[in-house]
Amino acid sequence: MALDSKTPQGPIADKWTNYKNHIDLVNPANKRNIDVIVVGTGLAGGSAAATLAELGYNVKAFCFQDSPRRAHSIAAQGGINAAKNYQGDGDSTYRLFYDTVKGGDYRSREANVYRLAEVSANIIDQCVAQGVPFAREYGGLLDNRSFGGVLVSRTFYAAGQTGQQLLLGAYSAMNRQIGRGKIKMYNRHEMLDVVIVDGKARGIITRNLITGEIERHSAHAVVLGTGGYGNVFFLSTNAMGSNVTAAWKAHKRGAYFANPCYTQIHPTCIPVSGDHQSKLTLMSESLRNDGRIWVPKKKEDVEAIKAGTLKPKDLKEEDRDYYLERRYPAFGNLVPRDVASRAAKERCDAGFGVNATGEAVFLDFASAIQRYGKEQAHVKGLDENDAALVKKLGQEVVKNKYGNLFQMYEKIVDQNPYETPMMIYPAVHYTMGGIWVDYNLMTTVPGLYAIGEANFSDHGANRLGASALMQGLADGYFVLPYTIGDYLSDDIRTGPIPTDTKEFEEAENNVRERIDKLVNNNGSHSVDYFHKKLGKIMWNKVGMSRNEKGLKEAIEEISELRQAFWSDVRVPGTANEYNEELAKAGRVADFLELGELFAKDALHRTESCGGHFREESVELDGPQKGEALRNDKDFAYVAAWEYKGEPKDAVLHKEELEFNDIELKQRSYK
Amino acid sequence: MNLTLKIWRQKNANDKGKMVDYQISDVSPDMSFLEMLDVLNEQLINKGDDPVAFDHDCREGICGMCSLYINGEAHGPDRGVTTCQLHMRMFNDGDTIYIEPFRASAFPVVKDLIVDRSAFDRIQHAGGFISVNTSGNTIDANAIPVEKHNADKAFEAATCIGCGACVATCKNSSAMLFVGAKVSQFALLPQGQVEATDRVLNMVKQMDEEGFGNCTNTGACEVECPKGISLENIARMNQEYLKASLKG
Ligand SMILES: Cc1cc2nc3c(=O)[nH]c(=O)nc-3n(C[C@H](O)[C@H](O)[C@H](O)COP(=O)(O)OP(=O)(O)OC[C@H]3O[C@@H](n4cnc5c(N)ncnc54)[C@H](O)[C@@H]3O)c2cc1C
Ligand code: SF4
Ligand code: FES
Repeated sequence: MALDSKTPQGPIADKWTNYKNHIDLVNPANKRNIDVIVVGTGLAGGSAAATLAELGYNVKAFCFQDSPRRAHSIAAQGGINAAKNYQGDGDSTYRLFYDTVKGGDYRSREANVYRLAEVSANIIDQCVAQGVPFAREYGGLLDNRSFGGVLVSRTFYAAGQTGQQLLLGAYSAMNRQIGRGKIKMYNRHEMLDVVIVDGKARGIITRNLITGEIERHSAHAVVLGTGGYGNVFFLSTNAMGSNVTAAWKAHKRGAYFANPCYTQIHPTCIPVSGDHQSKLTLMSESLRNDGRIWVPKKKEDVEAIKAGTLKPKDLKEEDRDYYLERRYPAFGNLVPRDVASRAAKERCDAGFGVNATGEAVFLDFASAIQRYGKEQAHVKGLDENDAALVKKLGQEVVKNKYGNLFQMYEKIVDQNPYETPMMIYPAVHYTMGGIWVDYNLMTTVPGLYAIGEANFSDHGANRLGASALMQGLADGYFVLPYTIGDYLSDDIRTGPIPTDTKEFEEAENNVRERIDKLVNNNGSHSVDYFHKKLGKIMWNKVGMSRNEKGLKEAIEEISELRQAFWSDVRVPGTANEYNEELAKAGRVADFLELGELFAKDALHRTESCGGHFREESVELDGPQKGEALRNDKDFAYVAAWEYKGEPKDAVLHKEELEFNDIELKQRSYK
Repeated sequence: MNLTLKIWRQKNANDKGKMVDYQISDVSPDMSFLEMLDVLNEQLINKGDDPVAFDHDCREGICGMCSLYINGEAHGPDRGVTTCQLHMRMFNDGDTIYIEPFRASAFPVVKDLIVDRSAFDRIQHAGGFISVNTSGNTIDANAIPVEKHNADKAFEAATCIGCGACVATCKNSSAMLFVGAKVSQFALLPQGQVEATDRVLNMVKQMDEEGFGNCTNTGACEVECPKGISLENIARMNQEYLKASLKG
């Protein structure tokens, strides 16, 4: 079956406006009779819940944390893009659109990306009006920084806590509606199934994480803003609770899952320190604006650094290999994430990794400290040749820009990054894949929507920095609240959806059976034991670099691990109490299914594109030798998988991608 | 390192609860405090015991979920960090470590080390927002310049993660630092002026209804706050409150 993206006709720049002019609206009085469930209170879910409530719908919102303010979006550091062109550096809607499609390696849907770029400027207006304290210049206007993969400064930020500030903005908008009674908030509730009635999504089943109670909730439409599934790798920069469960349940109920193998491995994370590691910490990409990445040129220097006999800062300039600057002179340290990550892996695999595990490269601020220090000395009329003074002034500037990140680094690693270069290594960070949605953000299940990181739509095979926050808020504030109206306009006379029906009963029983199975399993290993094993398989065989043999093995191994999990997992405690192990077990069980589909998707896509790198598909010669090779002839489509029982039986549906406004090119950042 | 842990165990909100001793060995100084508890829990699970329940999510000091009272200090002995950012290198081999939940009558215990901080949310519902609609039809973001100094101060106040360490630390269980931070963020921005009067009155009223205590200016909250939220935010809230009361 060919998938219909329902993209409106007409020139790309007019599509969204035309669409809005022609959709059915629900009048304000009728909105009061319509209920909408929003699962997730991150940037996507939080902004959607607030806006839907403001429009007049009755909203029920859910999150598994103890407050909506703690959704994983809170952790985003570097910034949010918007085509404001405040810097006058030639930015425009078109350029943001172009950069995003190119950055995504031509695997995203043009019309969605254009719309995203179009509404981006509004996001900043909106957030400022809500009191989000973005960074400002001395003149009182908003400041910008630049991010990887682009040549303009369009990123708005609030120190290294941009996600926090944006989420608190969305949370405040939610609070206003909670106070007005328009949103009913369910904290510490986990969604465990979607309920389909007559082919439409009409509710969800949740578990109250405090009491263990299983509850039925009905609505006229269900929106999932449940985030990404990077934790399938066990170690990632995601919060501990981030999971695929909501998306996976939707998948099992008929929502196609698109491009599961598109994962972003972020180049600048703190390296793994030992087996006890529970998560990885990101060092914002904004650091690459000022930090230079290098490893030693010579193996003996690598060994000396590892042995502690040579301090990295004492290694002479000519003995350092600034490999990004060397390989990609045009973009240097600001190449997109996938390119930077693979380059780090290439150096480390070749034996140039600088820490004990051999999996770390340097991110060095010494040049930036010099440069800023001189600039400050000059501005202040002080001696530019006073090395100590320059260093001090330079450090102050760097502290101003990245202070909290430097502090975070020092707390974790116990080294002072103002004095010695940081050590970094790539880590799983973001999942571009997700639930397939059409232009309306509706999944293949009528009335079931997916927004934010949970859907697949805008980033193709690789996401540019500062674009996830933009997408989450665009979806939630400006897109979904319109598009959902078109669907709900048919529901003005439906009346409340009853929960005492066979569909709700069947879904509830499913949930209960599974929970009973888990708590009564009495196996011999903890949930984490299986999760860590899954993570190892994923990282080694479905990680930064993939090949046919490894992927086939991964599929086998994951499938075996899943069986082992169900026969041997041990979940202490009971179902009717706070039981984190039980919650974790449910999530890992879903990861064990998703992981296999993920590998299957990676196996079928024999091209390299964006974050998906197939060793079999590289440029063999010419100036791009060794770089990833895309295959547009055979793979310019979205792979949307339909659930058919076991992951291995999933059926592939293709949405062909058409590029009318952008010419397909092999990406070059040289 | 080898450690003795004395941990508060409480089955649920109605249980009385008590301290229980655990021994743990092979703790690496590079572990975070929560990773050390993960290791303990793995041991408990393997023995068939109930693991220790504690709140956490981001594990990088930003979500505000983690909330342990360690050796008599909220978020433990290190300064400027949350529990999840505390590393075992702060402790010594052979140490005995006391681990309790954040205690306050407005934060009832849910289980073991987990408390219910929804009172914070309710204070925010009462006024922690600016009433703009979210349709995007607002003025250009640069239409109103904001003096950098005020913008920076507003940002600093806004970095509060809502963890509740200030409340747990205060002998009166006062929430003034938390509420002061939110009131300050908006008081310092032009966008926040319109509703300033109602905001501070409503938020303070809700704070009192939730059963938080009074502020007697001991300043302990500022010392334990992982985000360095300054006492000047309390002073600013008091001014705002006074202004509002005179008006109101
Ligand atoms: C460390 C880090 C830094 C980042 N920095 C940036 C950046 O600088 N710029 C940028 O653009 N992007 C950044 N990103 C990416 C970005 O933060 C995320 O992609 C984005 O915030 C996701 O938002 P979301 O609303 O889709 O989901 P989330 O914020 O993940 O929210 C998910 C919500 O769903 C709820 N939920 C999930 N499952 C269930 C369930 N089963 N039942 C009930 N509720 C459920 C959760 O409680 C939560 O409320 C960063 C990501 C990380 C990890
Ligand atoms: S003021 Fe500080 S201690 Fe209190 S809730 Fe906020 S961050 Fe936590
Ligand atoms: S777990 Fe998020 S702040 Fe500690």
